Amino acid sequence: MRTRYFFVFTGGLLFGFGLAFGGMSKPEIVLSFLQLKDLGLLILLGGSAFVTAITINFIPKVLNKPLLGGEFKKRKHTLSKRTLIGAAIFGVGWGISGQCPGSAMASLGVGNIPILLGVASMFLGAYIMGRFFS
Amino acid sequence: MICLVFPLGIFPYLIGGVIIGLGVSYIYIITGIHATQSSFFSTTLSFFSKIPYFQQKKYRESRVWRIIFAIGVVSGAFIYTVTVSPDGFFTTSIQLWRIILGGFLVGFGTRLSQGCTSGHGISGLASLSSTSLYAVITFLAVGIGTALLVQTLGVIP
Repeated sequence: MRTRYFFVFTGGLLFGFGLAFGGMSKPEIVLSFLQLKDLGLLILLGGSAFVTAITINFIPKVLNKPLLGGEFKKRKHTLSKRTLIGAAIFGVGWGISGQCPGSAMASLGVGNIPILLGVASMFLGAYIMGRFFS
Repeated sequence: MICLVFPLGIFPYLIGGVIIGLGVSYIYIITGIHATQSSFFSTTLSFFSKIPYFQQKKYRESRVWRIIFAIGVVSGAFIYTVTVSPDGFFTTSIQLWRIILGGFLVGFGTRLSQGCTSGHGISGLASLSSTSLYAVITFLAVGIGTALLVQTLGVIP
């Protein structure tokens, strides 16, 4: 188990490094995308999804199972009203604050202390969702 | 034209995106896990809340690695800041009410939708999931509309 955690941690390092490198730890840059002044976020999202798509779609054809054993998990989500209503509510919050869950965590690493309040609010939002709308 | 829509250039975004994709790929190849972010809130709440929703098997099973992943993300951004970052530590000037209200809606919405920019946007699109594609189109469109509205209302910063 500890070995798996080591690799999850080091992968997280890359994830956070990339987010910060791409400016996502600055809500100002995310908002400049959402205000259509700088479309760079599309390049970042497209680049990360492209690299991941190659891995997810081809590696399981070459390897029977992950290097540490177990199985290659598949994301299983079926489309429902909740998916789209939730995405729309997320979009409103994203447009107001320029934060998403990943960028908020990266923000903490660049010393963006006000975002601690954003992360606390995300926990509260997730709690209210689970408590009253699950 | 390129300068007009990419005033900061495309390289930080392209390189940042590829590094993120490599991080997700590395975890997937080694452990089989889709490393995504927003479930972290629900799984961490499973330590504190007895509500059945938070005690779901999938949340309890993934809650430790999700915390470790989150610590990795924070640490990775910190390493960037103290090594190659051209401008060092950064503090946003976005008003606090926006951070708090927006954060609340982000937490609520991503959990209702079961994914965020990394879950639907990276892993979902990479898995060629039509559900995630619709989710991404929705939050991009609503996010752009909201940000333009907030700007039009004169809320700066």
